[in-house]
Amino acid sequence: MPINILESARLAVKTLIANKLRAFLTMVGISIGVGAVIALMAIGVGVQRYIADQFTSAGTNLVGVTPGRVQRGGPPGGFGNQTVLTVNDYKAIAGTVPYLESTSAEFSAIGNFVYEGATTQVQVNGALPAFAELRNWPATKGRFIDEADNGGRSRVVVLGNTAATDLFPNDDPLDKVVKINNVPFRVIGVMESKGSSFLGDQDAVAFVPLATAQERLFQKQAQGKTGERVVSTIYLQVTSEKDRPAMEVALKDLLRERHRLKEGDEDDFTVTSQTQLLDTFGAVTATLTLFLGAIAAISLLVGGIGIMNIMLVSVTERTREIGLRKAIGAKSHVILGQFLTEAIVLSLIGGLIGIVIGSTIALAIGYFTDFKPVIQLQAIALAVGFSMAVGLFFGIYPARRASKLNPIDALRYE
Amino acid sequence: MNHTNGKSVPPVIALREITKTYAMGDIEVHALQGATVSMYPGDLVSIMGPSGSGKSTLMNILGCLDQPTSGSYQLDGLETEKMKDDQLAEVRNKKIGFVFQSFNLLRRTSAIDNVEQPMIYAGLNARKRREKATAALTAVGLGDRLGHHSNELSGGQQQRVAIARALVNDPAIILADEPTGNLDSKSGAEIMCLFQRLNAEQGITIIFVTHDPRIAQHTKRVIRISDGKIVGDTYNQEVLQACGKQSLSED
Repeated sequence: MPINILESARLAVKTLIANKLRAFLTMVGISIGVGAVIALMAIGVGVQRYIADQFTSAGTNLVGVTPGRVQRGGPPGGFGNQTVLTVNDYKAIAGTVPYLESTSAEFSAIGNFVYEGATTQVQVNGALPAFAELRNWPATKGRFIDEADNGGRSRVVVLGNTAATDLFPNDDPLDKVVKINNVPFRVIGVMESKGSSFLGDQDAVAFVPLATAQERLFQKQAQGKTGERVVSTIYLQVTSEKDRPAMEVALKDLLRERHRLKEGDEDDFTVTSQTQLLDTFGAVTATLTLFLGAIAAISLLVGGIGIMNIMLVSVTERTREIGLRKAIGAKSHVILGQFLTEAIVLSLIGGLIGIVIGSTIALAIGYFTDFKPVIQLQAIALAVGFSMAVGLFFGIYPARRASKLNPIDALRYE
Repeated sequence: MNHTNGKSVPPVIALREITKTYAMGDIEVHALQGATVSMYPGDLVSIMGPSGSGKSTLMNILGCLDQPTSGSYQLDGLETEKMKDDQLAEVRNKKIGFVFQSFNLLRRTSAIDNVEQPMIYAGLNARKRREKATAALTAVGLGDRLGHHSNELSGGQQQRVAIARALVNDPAIILADEPTGNLDSKSGAEIMCLFQRLNAEQGITIIFVTHDPRIAQHTKRVIRISDGKIVGDTYNQEVLQACGKQSLSED
C-alpha cells in the first residue's frame, strides 16, 4: 500500500482544515458526548468517595445494635410487643462478647434548650465516655463526658456545634448553665463540627451522661416494662473486620438467649455494621455512576450518528472530488481509508476537546462547591476509546459509499 | 514527428474493434460500434464529434475510466481490457493525465497541494512531491502562485494548475476534455498555446476531446466520430499556432 497511516492522517487533517465549519459541526456532538461522560463519571465517583468518607469519619469497624427487627412489610415488633434493649443487655454484651475493642451505649430523645432568650430543640444523646473515641468525634472546646460525670449522674452537657451557635451566638458557652426540659445543665464542652451530610445536620445534637439522661432527664421514656433502664443504640467497635462475623454470631446468640427467643423466632433486634452500610451505599452509588455514564454514553451515541449524518452529506457534497481522486489514481480502498481516517481524526480531536470540557466542568464543580468530583483515567480512556469506535463505526457506511462511486458518474455530478 | 510515415515506432494507443453497449432501461444503446484507431508518441490529436456521437464514451475508455464491451485497448504496451478496478486506477495514475472542462481542482486547497495529489497516490515521499509539483507549476507559468488556493486563481490559472497536475506523474498521454470550454477566448488561447508548447518541446502526447472546431484547428491530426463509428481521420494541412495570438476566436 503506497499510502501510510501518517500520510493519510495528514491528508485528513488538511481536508478537515479546508472544511472548518463542517468539521466543527461534526466534532461538537462528540465533544459534548465525551465531555458529558467525563464530567458525569467524575461526579458519580465523587459521590461514592464522599459517602465512603462520611462513613469512615464516623469511626472504623463499627457495629450498631438497635431494638426491633428490620421492617419486612409489617410494622416492627407488632402491637403491644415493643422490643427494647436494656442497660443490662449492654452490660452483658460488653462483658462476654469477644473481639470487642470498645463499646458504648446511648439513649436519645429530643430536648428543649433554653439559655437566656435563646431556645433550640435538638436531639439529646445520653452517652458513655467511650463514645467520643469510638465514633472518632472529639470535643474541640472543653471536654467530653467522663466516668465521674456518668457515675455521679452529673447535670453536665456537651453541645454539638449547631446547638452551641444557636444558644450562644456571641458568648463562650463553657461553664454557662442551660436549661434542658427545664432542668439546669452546665456546659462542659463543644463537639467538633461534623457538618451536614446526606444524614442531615450532624451537629444538631447535645451529649449528656447516659445515667443522667435515663434517670434525671427522660425518666419515663427510658424506663422499660420491667423497670429496667433502656438504651436506644449500642455501639460496638470490633477489633478488626475479619473478626466481625464471629463477633456478630456471639452477639446474636447472647441477645437471643437474654430475650428468650425460641428457635425459629426472628431476632427482636437489628445489627448493622458499617461495612454493610458502606457496601449498600457503595452498590447504590456505583449504580448511580453507571447510570450517569449510560446517559452520557447516549449523548456520545447521538454524536456518532451526527458524524454519520454529516459524513453522508459530505460524501454527496464531495462527489466530484471523489470522482477526481479516482480519476487521478486513487484506488477504492484508498478512498475508503481517507474517509475513515477523516472520521477517526474528527472523533479523536472531538474527544480531546471533550476531555478538556468535561474536566473543566468537573474541576469547576470542585472549585465552587465542597463536593469533590474525581476525574478518573479510566473514564478518559473509556470516553476516548468509545468516541474513536463511534467515529469508526459511523464512518464506515459513508466511507464505503464514497469508495464505491463510479468515477465517470462522480465527475459528471453537478 | 516521425509517426506519420515511420510505423516502426510502436503506438502509445492501439484501439481494435472497440464496442460499448449500455443498457438504458429496456433499450440497448450502442455507444461505440467497432472503433479502431492508433496514436503515436508525440501526437497532438483532436477527437471531434457532436454530442451523442460516442465521443465521451471513447474518452472514458481511452482514460481507463470505463471498459469496452468488446475489442482490445493497448495503452503504452499494456492490455487494459481485462484489468480490475484497482489496476485501472494504477494505469490512470501512472499513464494518463486528465484535464477537464471544469478544472476539477480540490476546493480550498493550494495549487501545489492540488498538483501533489496524483503523486500521493503514486506513493512518492513528501520532499519528492514538493520538488516535482514546484517544477510542474513553474513549467505551466505558475511558479509564483504555488501557495494560492484555487478560488484565488483565475479560470485560466486554474486550468494551468490542472495541466500541471496532469503532467506531474510523467504520463504516456494527456486527455483533455473540452479544456477551453469554461474559459474566455484569451485564456483559451493561452491554454492551447501551453498544450502546443508541451507537445512541441517535450513531445508529450495530447488528445483533445471536443466538439469545438477551433480547437481541432490547433492539432495536426483530427479524428471524427459519429454514431459510434470513426468516420474521419485526417491531418490538417496547416496547424494554427495559438502562441503569440490574442485569442482563440480570431480567424
